[in-house]
Amino acid sequence: MAAAGAVLLAVTGWAALAPIRFDSREELFEIPKGTWARRMSGDPVEILPSEIRLVLGLRDVLLLRNLDDVPQTFGPALMMPGQSFRLPFEVASSYQFACTAHASGQMTVVVEPKPETPWARLRWRATRLWKAQRWR
Amino acid sequence: MRRALVLVLLVLSAAAGAARAADAPALKAGVFSPPRSAPDFSLRGSDGAELKLSRYRGKVVALAFGFTSCPDVCPVTLGTLRETRKKLVAEGKDLQVVYVTVDPERDDAERMRTYLANFDATFVGGTGTAEQLDAVRAAYGILAEKVTTPAGYSVAHSSSIYLIDREGRLRALMPYGHPADDFVHDVKLLLGK
Repeated sequence: MAAAGAVLLAVTGWAALAPIRFDSREELFEIPKGTWARRMSGDPVEILPSEIRLVLGLRDVLLLRNLDDVPQTFGPALMMPGQSFRLPFEVASSYQFACTAHASGQMTVVVEPKPETPWARLRWRATRLWKAQRWR
Repeated sequence: MRRALVLVLLVLSAAAGAARAADAPALKAGVFSPPRSAPDFSLRGSDGAELKLSRYRGKVVALAFGFTSCPDVCPVTLGTLRETRKKLVAEGKDLQVVYVTVDPERDDAERMRTYLANFDATFVGGTGTAEQLDAVRAAYGILAEKVTTPAGYSVAHSSSIYLIDREGRLRALMPYGHPADDFVHDVKLLLGK
């Protein structure tokens, strides 16, 4: 029991104090080759989530890439085959984009402020863990 | 010896090129890579002439879509672009704002000219038949949907602004809400200044 408590304390301490790092500032989404053909055959392919969460200063660039053989509207941009669209964000806010890839016709990009305090880091990591579990 | 010298020069040249690419300041707008040619169109211009993008080769073009009865988004966008031109001072002459209507029922060339003159007399509007405008929107991935309101109708439309470089290439897309300073930054980069 005491050991479990010590582990929990250590994990909480790490989550609160360890700086948050990403290997890249880019959050990449790709439209794979053949997506259009799959959609045409009735497969409702979902590539871009209706809400994307970024973190200012850490992962604050949305990178969209069209690897399909036809033009695709992906988020706010119409991209030709082989083209990419790199959109940086400099202000923490919620951004709405018209997007034909979604049934709602809307895509939201939420850019969160960089978690600077131990409490903010702890909350950020806990939220991320909870979301990862939820979507598993 | 001579071959070695050539090899060294090649390596140095490649390294310098890589460094230049790494140091290249990024645009504030979203960037297309590789850029494609901006689809040209032929519309009725608010200045009375045929409106074609190729008219503005040599300038940076800010291409926006909207309508003159727009209550909120368009006035902000056009106000920001007016401020951008002012802040660019002498370089402002190298920025052309082109505003294509999504409401051809109400926006004729005269109405667009009067409306745009409230912001900047150099701004040029484009109108045409519904089919012509549908084709332009499709080429740029612009959405526009008529919405019934108690006063009649409004048009919900994409609010991002395309930036087209001097060579007529579609380089970037600035999402709605960016301040004039971001446009100034990007226009200067696209002008190569």
